[in-house]
Amino acid sequence: MQKGKKIIAIGERDGVPGPVIAECLEGAGYEVVFQATECFV
Amino acid sequence: MADLAKPVRIGIEGVSYSLTHVPDLVRYGSKPLRELQARPELKEQLSKRLRNFAAATAYAPHQVYIGNITPEQLAEVAKPWYEKLIEGATPQGRFGDLVDQTQCYALLAGADQFDLVAFEDRWFGEHGARHAIGRAPRLRSGQEIQSLCDKGALPLYDGDAVVGAFEPGHSEDANLVAEVLLENLASKVTAAHSLRLALRALQLQAEDIDFVISCSEEAVGDRYNRGGGNLAKAIAEEVGCVNASGCDTKAFCAGPMYAMVHGASLIQSGIAKKVAVVAGGSLAKLGMKFESHLKKNMPVLEDMLGSFAAILSPAQPNQPSIRLDSVAFHPVGAGASPQAMAEYLAEKPLAKLGMKLTDVDRYGVELHNPEITVPSGSGDVPRTNYLTLAALAVMRGQIQKSQMEDFVRRRGMVGYAPTQGHIPSAIVYLGHALDHLRAGRIRQALLIAKGSLFLGRMTQLSDGCSFLVDRNEA
Repeated sequence: MQKGKKIIAIGERDGVPGPVIAECLEGAGYEVVFQATECFV
Repeated sequence: MADLAKPVRIGIEGVSYSLTHVPDLVRYGSKPLRELQARPELKEQLSKRLRNFAAATAYAPHQVYIGNITPEQLAEVAKPWYEKLIEGATPQGRFGDLVDQTQCYALLAGADQFDLVAFEDRWFGEHGARHAIGRAPRLRSGQEIQSLCDKGALPLYDGDAVVGAFEPGHSEDANLVAEVLLENLASKVTAAHSLRLALRALQLQAEDIDFVISCSEEAVGDRYNRGGGNLAKAIAEEVGCVNASGCDTKAFCAGPMYAMVHGASLIQSGIAKKVAVVAGGSLAKLGMKFESHLKKNMPVLEDMLGSFAAILSPAQPNQPSIRLDSVAFHPVGAGASPQAMAEYLAEKPLAKLGMKLTDVDRYGVELHNPEITVPSGSGDVPRTNYLTLAALAVMRGQIQKSQMEDFVRRRGMVGYAPTQGHIPSAIVYLGHALDHLRAGRIRQALLIAKGSLFLGRMTQLSDGCSFLVDRNEA
Protein backbone atom coordinates (compact mmCIF):
# COMPACT_ATOMS: atom_id res chain seq x y z
CA MET A 1 0.00 0.00 0.00
CA GLN A 2 2.85 2.33 0.78
CA LYS A 3 4.82 1.37 -2.33
CA GLY A 4 5.45 4.40 -4.47
CA LYS A 5 3.97 6.85 -1.98
CA LYS A 6 6.01 10.01 -1.84
CA ILE A 7 7.26 11.25 1.51
CA ILE A 8 8.87 14.40 2.84
CA ALA A 9 10.70 13.56 6.08
CA ILE A 10 11.63 16.36 8.48
CA GLY A 11 13.63 15.21 11.47
CA GLU A 12 14.75 17.05 14.57
CA ARG A 13 18.12 17.30 16.27
CA ASP A 14 16.84 16.40 19.75
CA GLY A 15 14.41 13.82 18.39
CA VAL A 16 14.74 11.59 15.35
CA PRO A 17 17.09 12.92 12.63
CA GLY A 18 15.84 13.18 9.03
CA PRO A 19 18.12 10.48 7.54
CA VAL A 20 16.90 7.95 10.13
CA ILE A 21 13.25 8.64 9.28
CA ALA A 22 14.09 8.39 5.58
CA GLU A 23 15.88 5.07 6.02
CA CYS A 24 12.95 3.57 7.92
CA LEU A 25 10.39 4.78 5.40
CA GLU A 26 12.42 3.64 2.39
CA GLY A 27 12.72 0.23 4.03
CA ALA A 28 8.92 0.15 4.24
CA GLY A 29 8.57 0.94 0.55
CA TYR A 30 7.96 4.68 0.58
CA GLU A 31 9.73 7.01 -1.81
CA VAL A 32 11.44 9.76 0.16
CA VAL A 33 11.59 12.79 -2.13
CA PHE A 34 13.17 15.09 0.45
CA GLN A 35 14.56 14.72 3.92
CA ALA A 36 16.14 17.21 6.26
CA THR A 37 17.02 17.59 9.90
CA GLU A 38 16.09 20.82 11.60
CA CYS A 39 17.09 22.39 14.88
CA PHE A 40 14.16 24.17 16.47
CA VAL A 41 16.18 26.06 19.03
CA MET B 1 42.54 1.14 35.25
CA ALA B 2 45.77 3.14 35.50
CA ASP B 3 44.04 6.15 33.94
CA LEU B 4 41.61 6.31 36.88
CA ALA B 5 44.44 7.28 39.20
CA LYS B 6 45.47 10.25 37.10
CA PRO B 7 42.78 12.86 36.83
CA VAL B 8 43.86 15.84 34.75
CA ARG B 9 42.34 19.03 36.09
CA ILE B 10 42.41 22.65 34.95
CA GLY B 11 41.10 25.24 37.38
CA ILE B 12 38.00 27.30 36.71
CA GLU B 13 38.62 30.56 38.56
CA GLY B 14 35.12 31.79 37.86
CA VAL B 15 32.50 32.60 35.28
CA SER B 16 30.41 35.71 34.75
CA TYR B 17 27.18 36.05 32.85
CA SER B 18 25.30 38.99 31.43
CA LEU B 19 22.00 39.48 29.64
CA THR B 20 21.49 42.57 27.52
CA HIS B 21 17.88 43.66 27.05
CA VAL B 22 17.43 45.09 23.54
CA PRO B 23 13.72 45.21 22.70
CA ASP B 24 14.24 47.71 19.88
CA LEU B 25 16.79 45.46 18.19
CA VAL B 26 14.35 42.53 18.04
CA ARG B 27 13.22 43.86 14.66
CA TYR B 28 16.74 43.15 13.35
CA GLY B 29 16.75 39.51 14.39
CA SER B 30 16.82 37.23 11.36
CA LYS B 31 13.22 36.05 11.63
CA PRO B 32 11.58 39.40 12.47
CA LEU B 33 13.62 41.18 9.79
CA ARG B 34 12.25 38.82 7.13
CA GLU B 35 8.70 38.63 8.44
CA LEU B 36 8.29 42.37 9.03
CA GLN B 37 9.39 43.05 5.46
CA ALA B 38 6.85 40.55 4.15
CA ARG B 39 4.08 41.63 6.52
CA PRO B 40 4.58 45.20 7.76
CA GLU B 41 1.33 44.98 9.74
CA LEU B 42 3.20 42.79 12.27
CA LYS B 43 5.30 45.79 13.37
CA GLU B 44 2.56 47.21 15.53
CA GLN B 45 1.74 43.84 17.08
CA LEU B 46 5.42 43.25 17.83
CA SER B 47 5.95 46.65 19.42
CA LYS B 48 2.97 46.09 21.72
CA ARG B 49 4.42 42.80 22.96
CA LEU B 50 7.93 44.00 23.79
CA ARG B 51 8.91 44.03 27.46
CA ASN B 52 10.37 46.91 29.39
CA PHE B 53 13.62 46.52 31.34
CA ALA B 54 11.84 46.14 34.69
CA ALA B 55 9.83 43.17 33.37
CA ALA B 56 12.93 41.61 31.83
CA THR B 57 14.79 42.05 35.12
CA ALA B 58 12.04 40.50 37.23
CA TYR B 59 11.61 37.53 34.85
CA ALA B 60 12.57 34.52 36.95
CA PRO B 61 14.70 32.68 34.33
CA HIS B 62 16.85 35.81 33.97
CA GLN B 63 17.36 35.94 37.72
CA VAL B 64 18.60 32.33 37.54
CA TYR B 65 20.93 33.31 34.68
CA ILE B 66 22.62 36.02 36.75
CA GLY B 67 22.74 33.86 39.87
CA ASN B 68 20.20 35.44 42.17
CA ILE B 69 18.02 32.34 42.33
CA THR B 70 18.86 28.72 41.63
CA PRO B 71 17.42 26.44 38.93
CA GLU B 72 15.88 24.42 41.78
CA GLN B 73 14.07 27.53 43.04
CA LEU B 74 12.87 28.31 39.53
CA ALA B 75 11.20 24.90 39.37
CA GLU B 76 9.04 26.03 42.31
CA VAL B 77 7.90 29.25 40.59
CA ALA B 78 4.44 28.87 39.05
CA LYS B 79 4.08 29.44 35.32
CA PRO B 80 3.70 31.48 33.27
CA TRP B 81 6.93 32.99 34.53
CA TYR B 82 6.35 36.15 32.50
CA GLU B 83 3.35 36.84 34.71
CA LYS B 84 4.89 35.66 38.00
CA LEU B 85 7.59 38.31 38.09
CA ILE B 86 10.05 38.24 40.99
CA GLU B 87 9.27 41.03 43.42
CA GLY B 88 12.27 43.18 44.32
CA ALA B 89 14.45 41.65 41.58
CA THR B 90 17.57 43.63 40.74
CA PRO B 91 19.64 43.76 37.55
CA GLN B 92 22.76 42.97 39.56
CA GLY B 93 23.39 39.32 40.30
CA ARG B 94 25.99 37.14 41.96
CA PHE B 95 27.17 35.94 38.54
CA GLY B 96 26.80 39.18 36.60
CA ASP B 97 24.11 41.57 35.52
CA LEU B 98 21.35 42.62 33.18
CA VAL B 99 22.18 45.51 30.89
CA ASP B 100 19.54 47.81 29.47
CA GLN B 101 19.30 48.98 25.88
CA THR B 102 20.61 52.47 26.55
CA GLN B 103 23.80 51.09 28.05
CA CYS B 104 24.07 48.67 25.13
CA TYR B 105 23.90 51.58 22.68
CA ALA B 106 26.61 53.38 24.64
CA LEU B 107 28.77 50.26 24.54
CA LEU B 108 28.30 50.05 20.75
CA ALA B 109 29.35 53.67 20.37
CA GLY B 110 32.39 53.23 22.60
CA ALA B 111 33.61 50.11 20.78
CA ASP B 112 33.17 51.40 17.22
CA GLN B 113 36.55 51.94 15.53
CA PHE B 114 35.17 52.44 12.02
CA ASP B 115 32.61 55.24 12.35
CA LEU B 116 29.71 52.88 11.90
CA VAL B 117 27.36 54.10 14.59
CA ALA B 118 26.13 57.60 15.39
CA PHE B 119 23.60 58.81 17.95
CA GLU B 120 21.39 61.84 18.16
CA ASP B 121 23.36 64.26 20.33
CA ARG B 122 20.58 65.37 22.66
CA TRP B 123 19.32 61.81 23.26
CA PHE B 124 22.82 60.55 23.97
CA GLY B 125 23.54 63.42 26.34
CA GLU B 126 20.40 62.71 28.34
CA HIS B 127 20.52 58.91 28.32
CA GLY B 128 23.64 57.29 26.92
CA ALA B 129 26.37 59.55 28.25
CA ARG B 130 26.30 58.12 31.78
CA HIS B 131 27.22 54.72 30.35
CA ALA B 132 29.89 56.01 27.94
CA ILE B 133 33.02 53.90 27.86
CA GLY B 134 35.89 53.67 25.40
CA ARG B 135 35.96 55.88 22.32
CA ALA B 136 34.08 59.15 22.13
CA PRO B 137 30.67 58.60 20.54
CA ARG B 138 29.84 60.08 17.13
CA LEU B 139 27.04 62.51 17.86
CA ARG B 140 24.83 64.11 15.22
CA SER B 141 21.70 66.23 15.07
CA GLY B 142 18.37 64.49 14.63
CA GLN B 143 18.26 65.76 11.06
CA GLU B 144 21.68 64.28 10.30
CA ILE B 145 20.66 60.94 11.83
CA GLN B 146 17.58 60.89 9.61
CA SER B 147 19.71 61.77 6.61
CA LEU B 148 22.06 58.84 7.34
CA CYS B 149 19.08 56.50 7.56
CA ASP B 150 17.69 57.85 4.28
CA LYS B 151 21.03 56.95 2.70
CA GLY B 152 20.84 53.35 3.89
CA ALA B 153 21.97 53.34 7.51
CA LEU B 154 20.02 51.12 9.89
CA PRO B 155 17.90 53.22 12.25
CA LEU B 156 18.44 52.55 15.94
CA TYR B 157 15.29 53.08 17.98
CA ASP B 158 14.44 53.96 21.55
CA GLY B 159 10.78 53.00 21.57
CA ASP B 160 9.21 54.78 18.61
CA ALA B 161 11.97 57.38 18.29
CA VAL B 162 14.95 57.02 15.97
CA VAL B 163 17.93 57.94 18.16
CA GLY B 164 20.82 56.59 16.14
CA ALA B 165 22.03 55.21 12.84
CA PHE B 166 24.25 52.25 11.99
CA GLU B 167 26.01 52.64 8.66
CA PRO B 168 27.30 49.94 6.31
CA GLY B 169 31.04 49.34 6.32
CA HIS B 170 31.31 48.97 2.54
CA SER B 171 29.19 49.95 -0.43
CA GLU B 172 29.29 46.55 -2.17
CA ASP B 173 30.37 43.85 0.29
CA ALA B 174 27.37 41.86 1.56
CA ASN B 175 29.45 40.81 4.59
CA LEU B 176 29.86 44.42 5.67
CA VAL B 177 26.27 45.63 5.42
CA ALA B 178 24.89 47.42 8.47
CA GLU B 179 22.79 44.45 9.66
CA VAL B 180 25.84 42.15 9.73
CA LEU B 181 28.15 44.69 11.33
CA LEU B 182 25.56 45.51 14.00
CA GLU B 183 25.35 41.80 14.76
CA ASN B 184 29.13 41.54 15.00
CA LEU B 185 29.61 44.67 17.08
CA ALA B 186 26.79 43.64 19.43
CA SER B 187 28.54 40.33 19.93
CA LYS B 188 31.84 42.09 20.61
CA VAL B 189 30.50 44.52 23.20
CA THR B 190 28.36 42.00 25.08
CA ALA B 191 31.28 39.55 25.29
CA ALA B 192 33.59 42.36 26.41
CA HIS B 193 31.09 43.36 29.09
CA SER B 194 30.99 39.83 30.51
CA LEU B 195 34.77 39.64 30.46
CA ARG B 196 35.02 42.92 32.39
CA LEU B 197 32.57 41.50 34.93
CA ALA B 198 34.63 38.33 35.33
CA LEU B 199 37.87 40.25 35.81
CA ARG B 200 36.25 42.51 38.38
CA ALA B 201 34.64 39.62 40.27
CA LEU B 202 37.94 37.75 40.45
CA GLN B 203 39.98 40.88 41.20
CA LEU B 204 42.14 40.26 38.15
CA GLN B 205 43.78 42.79 35.88
CA ALA B 206 43.10 42.68 32.15
CA GLU B 207 46.87 42.41 31.69
CA ASP B 208 46.83 39.06 33.51
CA ILE B 209 45.07 37.30 30.65
CA ASP B 210 47.35 35.39 28.23
CA PHE B 211 44.82 34.26 25.70
CA VAL B 212 41.18 34.89 24.82
CA ILE B 213 38.99 32.38 23.00
CA SER B 214 35.70 33.63 21.62
CA CYS B 215 32.93 31.15 20.90
CA SER B 216 30.39 33.76 19.86
CA GLU B 217 27.96 32.97 17.06
CA GLU B 218 28.66 35.83 14.65
CA ALA B 219 30.69 35.55 11.44
CA VAL B 220 33.19 38.40 11.26
CA GLY B 221 34.82 38.79 7.86
CA ASP B 222 34.72 40.32 4.42
CA ARG B 223 33.77 38.97 0.99
CA TYR B 224 37.12 37.28 0.56
CA ASN B 225 37.10 35.66 3.99
CA ARG B 226 33.50 35.27 5.13
CA GLY B 227 33.53 34.22 8.76
CA GLY B 228 37.27 34.89 8.91
CA GLY B 229 36.86 35.55 12.58
CA ASN B 230 39.12 36.34 15.50
CA LEU B 231 36.53 38.38 17.27
CA ALA B 232 38.42 37.12 20.33
CA LYS B 233 41.29 39.52 19.70
CA ALA B 234 38.90 42.43 19.18
CA ILE B 235 37.27 41.57 22.52
CA ALA B 236 40.68 41.28 24.21
CA GLU B 237 41.62 44.73 22.88
CA GLU B 238 38.30 46.21 23.95
CA VAL B 239 38.81 45.03 27.53
CA GLY B 240 42.48 46.04 27.67
CA CYS B 241 44.00 42.55 27.67
CA VAL B 242 47.17 43.98 26.17
CA ASN B 243 49.24 40.88 26.85
CA ALA B 244 46.76 38.52 25.23
CA SER B 245 46.14 37.32 21.77
CA GLY B 246 43.23 35.13 20.86
CA CYS B 247 41.25 33.20 18.33
CA ASP B 248 37.74 31.89 17.80
CA THR B 249 36.29 28.44 18.22
CA LYS B 250 33.25 27.58 16.11
CA ALA B 251 31.09 24.48 16.43
CA PHE B 252 27.52 25.76 16.23
CA CYS B 253 25.95 25.62 19.69
CA ALA B 254 28.68 23.33 21.02
CA GLY B 255 31.28 26.08 20.45
CA PRO B 256 31.62 27.13 24.10
CA MET B 257 32.35 23.59 25.27
CA TYR B 258 35.08 23.15 22.64
CA ALA B 259 36.41 26.59 23.58
CA MET B 260 36.65 25.50 27.22
CA VAL B 261 38.48 22.33 26.20
CA HIS B 262 40.86 24.28 23.97
CA GLY B 263 41.50 26.83 26.70
CA ALA B 264 42.14 24.14 29.28
CA SER B 265 44.46 22.36 26.85
CA LEU B 266 46.50 25.53 26.30
CA ILE B 267 47.03 25.66 30.05
CA GLN B 268 47.75 21.95 30.39
CA SER B 269 50.38 22.25 27.64
CA GLY B 270 51.99 25.25 29.30
CA ILE B 271 51.31 27.55 26.35
CA ALA B 272 49.13 29.87 28.44
CA LYS B 273 48.68 30.46 32.15
CA LYS B 274 45.38 32.33 32.24
CA VAL B 275 42.78 31.93 29.51
CA ALA B 276 39.50 33.76 29.09
CA VAL B 277 36.76 31.90 27.24
CA VAL B 278 34.11 34.39 26.15
CA ALA B 279 30.98 34.67 24.05
CA GLY B 280 28.80 37.58 23.09
CA GLY B 281 25.13 37.56 22.26
CA SER B 282 23.50 36.41 19.04
CA LEU B 283 21.50 39.27 17.55
CA ALA B 284 20.31 37.05 14.68
CA LYS B 285 18.35 34.92 17.15
CA LEU B 286 16.36 37.81 18.62
CA GLY B 287 12.65 37.27 18.09
CA MET B 288 13.24 33.89 16.46
CA LYS B 289 9.86 32.62 17.71
CA PHE B 290 8.11 35.96 17.96
CA GLU B 291 5.17 34.92 15.79
CA SER B 292 4.29 32.09 18.19
CA HIS B 293 4.55 34.46 21.12
CA LEU B 294 2.24 36.94 19.38
CA LYS B 295 -0.27 34.20 18.61
CA LYS B 296 -0.28 33.14 22.27
CA ASN B 297 -0.64 36.76 23.46
CA MET B 298 2.64 36.44 25.31
CA PRO B 299 5.44 38.97 25.61
CA VAL B 300 8.12 38.49 22.95
CA LEU B 301 10.59 36.73 25.21
CA GLU B 302 13.54 36.59 22.82
CA ASP B 303 14.66 40.15 23.52
CA MET B 304 17.91 39.31 25.31
CA LEU B 305 21.52 38.99 24.15
CA GLY B 306 23.28 36.43 26.35
CA SER B 307 26.99 36.52 27.08
CA PHE B 308 29.51 34.90 29.40
CA ALA B 309 33.19 34.86 30.28
CA ALA B 310 35.05 32.08 32.10
CA ILE B 311 38.60 32.32 33.41
CA LEU B 312 40.78 29.20 33.37
CA SER B 313 44.18 28.66 34.99
CA PRO B 314 46.23 25.81 36.52
CA ALA B 315 44.16 23.94 39.11
CA GLN B 316 44.48 24.97 42.74
CA PRO B 317 43.58 22.74 45.69
CA ASN B 318 39.81 22.55 46.32
CA GLN B 319 39.09 24.72 43.29
CA PRO B 320 36.32 23.70 40.88
CA SER B 321 37.96 22.35 37.77
CA ILE B 322 37.51 20.82 34.35
CA ARG B 323 38.47 17.16 34.18
CA LEU B 324 40.40 17.13 30.92
CA ASP B 325 40.57 13.34 31.15
CA SER B 326 36.76 13.27 30.95
CA VAL B 327 36.44 15.25 27.72
CA ALA B 328 34.37 13.53 25.05
CA PHE B 329 33.56 14.42 21.47
CA HIS B 330 30.91 13.01 19.19
CA PRO B 331 32.84 11.04 16.54
CA VAL B 332 31.83 11.02 12.87
CA GLY B 333 31.00 7.33 12.93
CA ALA B 334 28.73 7.51 15.96
CA GLY B 335 25.47 8.33 14.18
CA ALA B 336 23.27 11.28 14.98
CA SER B 337 20.52 9.72 17.07
CA PRO B 338 19.94 11.12 20.56
CA GLN B 339 20.85 7.69 21.96
CA ALA B 340 24.20 7.72 20.18
CA MET B 341 24.80 11.24 21.51
CA ALA B 342 24.07 10.09 25.05
CA GLU B 343 26.33 7.07 24.66
CA TYR B 344 29.29 8.98 23.32
CA LEU B 345 28.93 12.14 25.40
CA ALA B 346 27.89 10.59 28.71
CA GLU B 347 28.09 6.83 29.03
CA LYS B 348 31.46 6.19 27.40
CA PRO B 349 33.44 9.06 28.98
CA LEU B 350 31.97 8.21 32.37
CA ALA B 351 32.91 4.55 31.94
CA LYS B 352 36.48 5.73 31.24
CA LEU B 353 36.44 7.32 34.69
CA GLY B 354 34.92 4.24 36.29
CA MET B 355 31.50 5.90 36.65
CA LYS B 356 27.94 5.03 35.68
CA LEU B 357 25.24 7.41 34.52
CA THR B 358 23.79 7.28 38.02
CA ASP B 359 27.08 8.36 39.60
CA VAL B 360 26.74 11.89 38.21
CA ASP B 361 25.11 14.27 40.67
CA ARG B 362 23.95 16.80 38.07
CA TYR B 363 23.83 17.02 34.29
CA GLY B 364 23.97 20.33 32.47
CA VAL B 365 22.41 19.85 29.04
CA GLU B 366 20.64 22.08 26.51
CA LEU B 367 19.01 24.43 29.00
CA HIS B 368 16.66 26.39 26.77
CA ASN B 369 13.85 28.12 28.62
CA PRO B 370 10.76 26.00 27.81
CA GLU B 371 8.50 29.02 28.14
CA ILE B 372 10.12 30.32 24.95
CA THR B 373 10.17 27.05 22.99
CA VAL B 374 6.96 25.22 23.95
CA PRO B 375 4.55 27.81 22.43
CA SER B 376 6.17 27.32 19.02
CA GLY B 377 5.94 23.54 19.20
CA SER B 378 9.66 23.03 19.82
CA GLY B 379 8.99 21.23 23.08
CA ASP B 380 10.79 21.27 26.42
CA VAL B 381 14.34 20.72 25.16
CA PRO B 382 16.09 20.14 28.51
CA ARG B 383 13.46 17.64 29.59
CA THR B 384 13.84 15.70 26.32
CA ASN B 385 17.60 15.57 26.85
CA TYR B 386 17.26 14.42 30.46
CA LEU B 387 14.75 11.74 29.52
CA THR B 388 17.18 10.44 26.90
CA LEU B 389 19.88 10.07 29.56
CA ALA B 390 17.37 8.43 31.90
CA ALA B 391 16.26 6.02 29.17
CA LEU B 392 19.86 5.04 28.53
CA ALA B 393 20.28 4.38 32.26
CA VAL B 394 17.21 2.09 32.07
CA MET B 395 18.63 0.26 29.04
CA ARG B 396 21.86 -0.32 30.93
CA GLY B 397 20.02 -1.61 33.99
CA GLN B 398 21.20 1.25 36.20
CA ILE B 399 17.65 2.35 37.08
CA GLN B 400 14.15 0.95 36.64
CA LYS B 401 11.83 2.48 34.05
CA SER B 402 9.66 3.68 36.92
CA GLN B 403 12.63 5.70 38.21
CA MET B 404 13.08 7.81 35.07
CA GLU B 405 11.20 10.82 36.45
CA ASP B 406 13.22 10.61 39.65
CA PHE B 407 16.44 10.54 37.57
CA VAL B 408 15.32 13.69 35.72
CA ARG B 409 14.29 15.48 38.91
CA ARG B 410 17.43 14.60 40.91
CA ARG B 411 20.05 14.98 38.20
CA GLY B 412 18.45 17.54 35.92
CA MET B 413 16.91 20.99 36.13
CA VAL B 414 14.43 23.24 34.37
CA GLY B 415 15.71 25.27 31.45
CA TYR B 416 16.30 28.96 32.02
CA ALA B 417 18.48 30.23 29.18
CA PRO B 418 17.25 32.47 26.38
CA THR B 419 17.33 30.76 22.98
CA GLN B 420 20.72 32.18 22.09
CA GLY B 421 22.11 28.93 20.67
CA HIS B 422 25.60 28.68 22.13
CA ILE B 423 24.62 30.08 25.54
CA PRO B 424 22.00 27.47 26.58
CA SER B 425 24.21 24.60 25.48
CA ALA B 426 25.38 23.49 28.91
CA ILE B 427 27.77 26.40 29.50
CA VAL B 428 24.95 28.42 31.07
CA TYR B 429 24.94 25.99 33.99
CA LEU B 430 28.63 26.41 34.82
CA GLY B 431 28.01 29.27 37.28
CA HIS B 432 25.53 27.32 39.37
CA ALA B 433 27.70 24.20 39.04
CA LEU B 434 30.68 26.08 40.52
CA ASP B 435 28.46 27.33 43.36
CA HIS B 436 27.18 23.84 44.11
CA LEU B 437 30.68 22.35 43.96
CA ARG B 438 32.09 24.97 46.32
CA ALA B 439 29.20 24.42 48.74
CA GLY B 440 29.59 20.65 48.53
CA ARG B 441 26.02 20.26 47.32
CA ILE B 442 27.21 18.20 44.36
CA ARG B 443 30.38 16.18 43.88
CA GLN B 444 30.50 16.70 40.13
CA ALA B 445 28.46 17.76 37.11
CA LEU B 446 28.64 16.56 33.54
CA LEU B 447 28.12 19.30 30.96
CA ILE B 448 26.87 18.10 27.56
CA ALA B 449 26.41 20.36 24.53
CA LYS B 450 25.16 19.62 21.04
CA GLY B 451 25.70 21.40 17.75
CA SER B 452 23.43 21.29 14.69
CA LEU B 453 26.09 21.11 12.01
CA PHE B 454 23.55 20.12 9.36
CA LEU B 455 22.16 23.66 9.38
CA GLY B 456 25.23 24.78 7.41
CA ARG B 457 24.49 22.27 4.63
CA MET B 458 28.00 20.80 4.64
CA THR B 459 27.18 17.57 6.47
CA GLN B 460 24.10 15.78 7.74
CA LEU B 461 25.88 15.24 11.05
CA SER B 462 25.15 16.67 14.44
CA ASP B 463 27.94 17.22 16.89
CA GLY B 464 28.57 17.31 20.59
CA CYS B 465 31.14 17.81 23.32
CA SER B 466 31.07 17.05 27.03
CA PHE B 467 33.25 17.25 30.12
CA LEU B 468 33.00 16.71 33.83
CA VAL B 469 33.55 19.50 36.34
CA ASP B 470 34.46 18.64 39.93
CA ARG B 471 36.41 20.02 42.84
CA ASN B 472 40.14 19.48 42.91
CA GLU B 473 40.50 17.49 46.08
CA ALA B 474 43.86 16.09 45.03
